[in-house]
Order: sequence, then structure tokens, then C-alpha cells
Amino acid sequence: MLTVALILGASLLLAPSAFANFLTPKSGGSPNADAIHSLYLIVLYIAAVIFAVVEGALFYSVYKFRAKKGAVAAQIHGNTRLEIGWTVGAAVILVILTTITFIKLPSIINPPNSGANGLTLTGGVLSASTTEPVPPNGKSLVICITGRQFIWAYYYGSGCESDPYSSKVAYSYQEMYVPANTTIVLHIQSLDVIHSWWVPSLGGKVDAVPGYTTYTWFKASKVGALYHGQCAELCGRLHAAMTALVKVLTPAQWQQWVTQQKALIAAQEQQVLTLRKELIASGNLTANLS
Amino acid sequence: MSTADTALRPVPQVIAHEVTKPRETKRWVDWITTTDHKRIGIMYLILTFVFFILGGIEALLMRLQLAVPNNTLITPEHYNQLLTMHGTTMIFLFVVPVMAGFGNYFVPLMIGARDMAFPRLNALSFWLLLFGGIVFYFSLFFQPPEAGWWSYPPLSSILYSPSGGQDAWIFLIHLTGLSSLVGAINFFATIVNMRAPGMGWGRLPLFVWSILIYAILLIIALPVVAAAVTMLLTDRHFGTHFFDPTDHGSPLLWQHLFWFFGHPEVYIMILPGFGMISEIIPVFSRKPIFGYKAIAAATCVIAFLALLVWGHHMFASPLPVVVMGFFMLSSFLIAIPTGVKIFNWIATLWRGSIVMTTSLYFAVGFIAIFVIGGITGVFLAIFPIDWQLNDTYFVVAHFHYVLMGGAVFTVFSGLYYWYPKITGRLMNETLGKWSFWVMFWGFNMTFFVQHALGLSGMPRRVYTYPPGVGWSTYNLISTIGSFILALGVLLTVINVFRSLKTGAIAGPDPWKGNTLEWFTSSPPPVNNFDVIPRVRSVEPMRDIRRQIERDTGVTQKTGGSEQFARV
Repeated sequence: MLTVALILGASLLLAPSAFANFLTPKSGGSPNADAIHSLYLIVLYIAAVIFAVVEGALFYSVYKFRAKKGAVAAQIHGNTRLEIGWTVGAAVILVILTTITFIKLPSIINPPNSGANGLTLTGGVLSASTTEPVPPNGKSLVICITGRQFIWAYYYGSGCESDPYSSKVAYSYQEMYVPANTTIVLHIQSLDVIHSWWVPSLGGKVDAVPGYTTYTWFKASKVGALYHGQCAELCGRLHAAMTALVKVLTPAQWQQWVTQQKALIAAQEQQVLTLRKELIASGNLTANLS
Repeated sequence: MSTADTALRPVPQVIAHEVTKPRETKRWVDWITTTDHKRIGIMYLILTFVFFILGGIEALLMRLQLAVPNNTLITPEHYNQLLTMHGTTMIFLFVVPVMAGFGNYFVPLMIGARDMAFPRLNALSFWLLLFGGIVFYFSLFFQPPEAGWWSYPPLSSILYSPSGGQDAWIFLIHLTGLSSLVGAINFFATIVNMRAPGMGWGRLPLFVWSILIYAILLIIALPVVAAAVTMLLTDRHFGTHFFDPTDHGSPLLWQHLFWFFGHPEVYIMILPGFGMISEIIPVFSRKPIFGYKAIAAATCVIAFLALLVWGHHMFASPLPVVVMGFFMLSSFLIAIPTGVKIFNWIATLWRGSIVMTTSLYFAVGFIAIFVIGGITGVFLAIFPIDWQLNDTYFVVAHFHYVLMGGAVFTVFSGLYYWYPKITGRLMNETLGKWSFWVMFWGFNMTFFVQHALGLSGMPRRVYTYPPGVGWSTYNLISTIGSFILALGVLLTVINVFRSLKTGAIAGPDPWKGNTLEWFTSSPPPVNNFDVIPRVRSVEPMRDIRRQIERDTGVTQKTGGSEQFARV
């Protein structure tokens, strides 16, 4: 027993990465994740004090007031002032937490403008939506995310929401490519069951509920960074396999990637079309009317 | 019989009849046909402990699968079935009914009644629970459900869960729901109408208070989930589209209905445990409970607020920020009465003369664990933080600290406390303390690291995970801890069976109890009490002991508990 504990303890000490995120959530990829992280830290400090005081009082009283020879229990039935005191005390702590949360909230839900070295975006659209996050200047890169059993699909840029295929936007599966220092607004939908979009370093999770569009945003600044995430709502047997990767490129690299991806998609579509014609000609596939 | 009738008969009269021997008492038929609240209570306790063991085995299998990355011990299909069975079993077949079991046995005894208000209805509650469990576990022979204990549509719809296991789950909810509802009405009627003379609301034992509130919450919450699962059933088989997004239904409707039931359910599960602790701590501190009225009032306030916090399960769902703000504040509010209870328990220990029995170990262990669960609950109530932590292992850790602490540790405390009353024998204290320490460290080893897992980004309900993402060490620690925890539970199971034969004879009142169940013999006779004393305070037994001391001048010792005091 002790040996196992020692080995485990040693392995924990020797592997510093094992201690990462022992007490705090992941962050560092995007301002909203950082804001949640700092809000969490404030709560953690307050919680640590409460934890120490309550557990301390509990263990002290159990240690100090064990039955001893001649000890007589004090026959106290209660104390109204004390009751009011700790009720008000608890309420005050919660008022403080509420205040801090609402002070921090705007930095978590409202995206900033894209950076000067971010992707150059044209035509700021001031959306009338009350739930879609919009940066102050209205300029953001929209990426539509579609969840389905068991893969995430991403459609890049304007037009992605109406009809990703006819508007000929670039798309990719599982791996998302984003330009650095650019405010990215995500429109999240699901085709089948409920999924949940979550890349911990880039902010909180948002459910993909069929019949609804949900929104979130992030703004990644570290070029070359690769962020891991995965579906966070049980969506079927291969829920664990529904992973997501977000790769941060420079705006120029990203433009290049989009062009290349579009070309690849067009080439693939051409191949499929040719194959289809061949199959129909050889009688292995029945042509439909279109 | 009229006088004319007797006048017509010959005198003296001899009427011959067959003599039937009084029935043997140890026949199994007597258990099946019984309407005695004590026997029903014992059957409840045995049945729910069987389900506790089954649910525990399911948990251990999941932990084995997660012990190392990329494990192939259990298929994804079976893993989803296990997590569904584990959650459903622990909630519907263990924690809720085990409280009904303790309530059944002890509510009539504690209020000085001879049985429950409706003894046959009481038997019906038990048998509905058994059949609910059987219907559910029979799905093992075809295809168990795999959409989780929360069964969100569309995943639980006929399209994505075509197997009958999902229907077995629906029937389980119906049958156990009916069982709890009937039981709750029975508890309510019993507590309101059948209290001993003099036992006003201000003298009702706190455990009985908690069972009363438990009953009221069940009566409010259960019809909602019954309606929801009926809608799911008609969606699955009879062509309705309540939750079908492709036909103007809403998956979100299910979430609201389910959690409107689901959150009160959490308090249904832990309030009776709080009640037990409020009985046990004063007995072993040799002090009156600190702030009786505050604790009873806190129970009522928690129950009221429990009906207003369901949205905190849905912070990642499409809800407006204003609504999330409301649910954050209501969830904060519920921390206040819960905190008040904890402070009152600590104040009861303060300046007491604490007798360190196993029951008290579990009670103190519960408070120590529950404080952590309460604090992490505040993190989760803050919705921006919940966006990071929702659906991760942090939540798994949180509610196991709340429910293992609030239900399992309290139930074990209650078991060690009341076992002598039920069986007439004390449980072995040495084995009990071993069981406590093994369980306590096993529990913390299993679940404390799960906070870190969630913070490192591991979602719940994944059947496996890749190596090299910083989750492997925590998972291995957690798995080893879970087996230590299981060993601790096993020690108590052994203790229960062993003490039936070898335990010291308890006598009517081994602990110097405060409440009326200790006024009668152990185990109590079928009619519970020949005489019901008049109740003059919250602690009628203490009054009775004092009366005897005054009248006879003999100090009232007890059969057992002094031996555990370090004097």
C-alpha cells in the first residue's frame, strides 16, 4: 500500500506535466479561456479559505472534545446571534462571488476586435442577433461547425450558414485551421443528436443541439499552436472518438490553406463526377434525373 | 347478539371446532405477505444494498476500463450500457429507496406510532420497487439501455436507440416512480397524523423532518419525470414528436422537464442523510442538537430552492444569459441553508463529550467529504466557470463528493447506529473503524484526482482516452482508489453478516439515544410499543432517563456505548 503510494507520488513529482491543471482549468489559447481561468482562480482562493476554516473547525472539535474522564458536555441548545451571523456571512461571500462574476462576464462573452496583424476582414456586418457574439467593429471570421455522429465538420467564411455546398466555401473535418489574432465566431449546429463543442484552451463548451444554432467565439494568438478538444456530450458509442483539433496559422498561411483546400475539394468533386459518369455508362449506377 | 337470540339457545352450549396451531413465524410467506413496516423496512434495506453492490460492480468495471489509455477491456457499446446502468441503479434503485427503507423502519418508531398510516400501500411500494428493478435488470438478457441515466433525446429516440433497453429504462422510471410516490404519500400521512401525544412540529425528530420534506419533494417532482418519460415513450412508439427536432419538437423541452425533476432528486437523495446526521451527532456528542429550529427551517428552505435551480444542469445548452444568471443566483442561495446545517453540526460537536463510535466516524467523514462537494458546487454554479467544467470529470468528482458523502457515508453511519435496534446486536466496532478508514481514503483517492482530470480537459462518458494528454496518471490513481473503496464497503458487508451471530447483545438503548425508537426492545415487537409516553421535548428518551434517575436515584447506564469512550 505504502509502496504503491510512494511510487505514485514519485512518478507525479518526476513528471511535471502530470501536475499541469491539477487545480485550475486549461487556458492560454484565447482571451475568453484566460478570463474564465482568472475568474476561477479568484473563486479558488476564496474556496480554499472556506475549506480550511470549516474542515479545521470540524477536525479541531472532534480532536479536542473527545469523551474524557470527568468531561461533561455543555448543554447548549443554540444561539440565535450565531445562526444569524453565519447565515449573513455565507450570504456576503456569495454576494462577493456574484459581483466578481458579473464584472468578469463581459470579457468572457464579448469578443474583442481582431488584432492589427490578424486576417484583414472586409464589410463588418452588424448582426441583429442577440445571442451571436459580435466584436465592437462587427468584423469577424465566421466558421460554421456541424456536429454529427461521430465527427465535427467546419465550413469557413461567409455563406457557411445558408448553404455551405452551393456557396462553395472551404470545409474540413475534425481539424480546424484558423488565422492568428483574428476574432473567430463559431455557429454551432448538429445534424443528429446533441453534441458539445469544447476545446478547453479556447474557452468554454457550447452544446450543439439539433434544431438550434448556438454561438461562441475565440481569438487565438499563438501561431503554430495546436489545440485539442473533443465532444463533451454523450452522443453514442463512439463519443470518445469525436475529437477536434484547432491549428493556428498566420493569416497569409491561412489564406493559402483556404485556396488549396478549395482546389482540393473541386478536384475531388471532379473526380467523383467522372467516376459517376463512368459507372453510369458501364451500367453499374442508375442515373437520377439531375 | 340480542337477548332473544341467547334465550333460544340451549344452555350450556358447546360448540366444537378444529384447533389450528399458531403459525410458525419464520416462514418466507410471512415476508412476502407482510404489512409490518419493520419487515418492509428490512426488505427495502436488503434489496437496495443488493442494488448498491450491483451498481458498485458496474462502476468498478468502468474504472478498470479507464485504468490505462486505449484500453480494450470493454467495448464502447458495453461502456455506455455500464454508465447508464450505474447511474440509474445508484439513483433509482439505491439511494432514493434506501432512504425509504430507513424511513419505513424508523419513522413510525421515532414518532411513537404502531405502523405506517397505510400498511398495505407500504407493501405495494416495496413490491413496485422490486419489479422496477427486475424489469430494468432483465434488459441485461437482451440489450441494456445506453443513453445515460439522463437519456437526452434525440439519442434516446427510436432512431438512435432502437433497442428495447431504453423502454426498460422508461418502465423502471414509471415503476420506481410509482413506488416512491405511493411511499411518499404514506410517509406524509403517517407523520402528519400519527405522532405520539405531545409531539408537536417543534418536537419532531430531525430525521422525521427530513423524511417529511423528502416525501413532499417526491410528490412534487416525480409526476414531472413520469410525464416526461411517457412523452418519450409515445415519441418512440406512438408517432408523437415532443422531442423530435425534425418535426417541430424540442430536445430542450426534455432537458427542462428532466432536470425539473432531476435537481430536487438530488435533495431527495441527501436530505434524509442530513436528517440521520442530525440525530446521530447529538447522541454521540452527549449534547442537544445545536439550533434545532435552524436545521428544520434549513431543510424546508433547501427543498423550496431545490425546485428553482434545475437550469444549472443546462449552462452549455442554448439558454439566454439572463436565465443562466437567475439559475446561478438560485444555486448560490441553496448554499446558505446547506452551510447553516454544516455549521450547526460542527457547533453540536463543539464542547461536547464525543463518543468515538463507528457511526460517529462515518458522520464526521460525511461532513468532511460533503464540505468539498459543496464548495465545488459553488464553482459549478458560476456559469462561465461551468462552461469549462460542465460534462467533465470535475462534475463526476463533485457529485460523488455530494452523493457518496451525503448518501453513502450517512447511510453507513445510520447503519452502524440503527443496526442494534434492527437486529438486537451491536456491530463490531474494530471492523467498522477499519471499514471507515479504508472507505474514506479509497473514496478520496478515487474522486479527488477526478477534479484534476476534469480541469485537464477529460470529458465524462468517454470509454477510453489517448496516452500523452496528461490523464493517464490521474486515471490510474482513481482506479486503484476505487478498489480500495470497494474493499472498505466489503468490510462493512462482512461486519453486517458476522454481527448477526457474534455481535454483543445491544439491549433496548445501547447508545443513550434521544428518540423514541430506543424506548422499545431491540428488535421491537410487532406492535412497537405497549405504552406510548407523552413527549415533552425533542429528546423524549433523555427525559425518560432523567425521570427514572430522579425517581430511583440510580444513574442510567447503557448496554454499550460507554465501552467506546476513552475514559
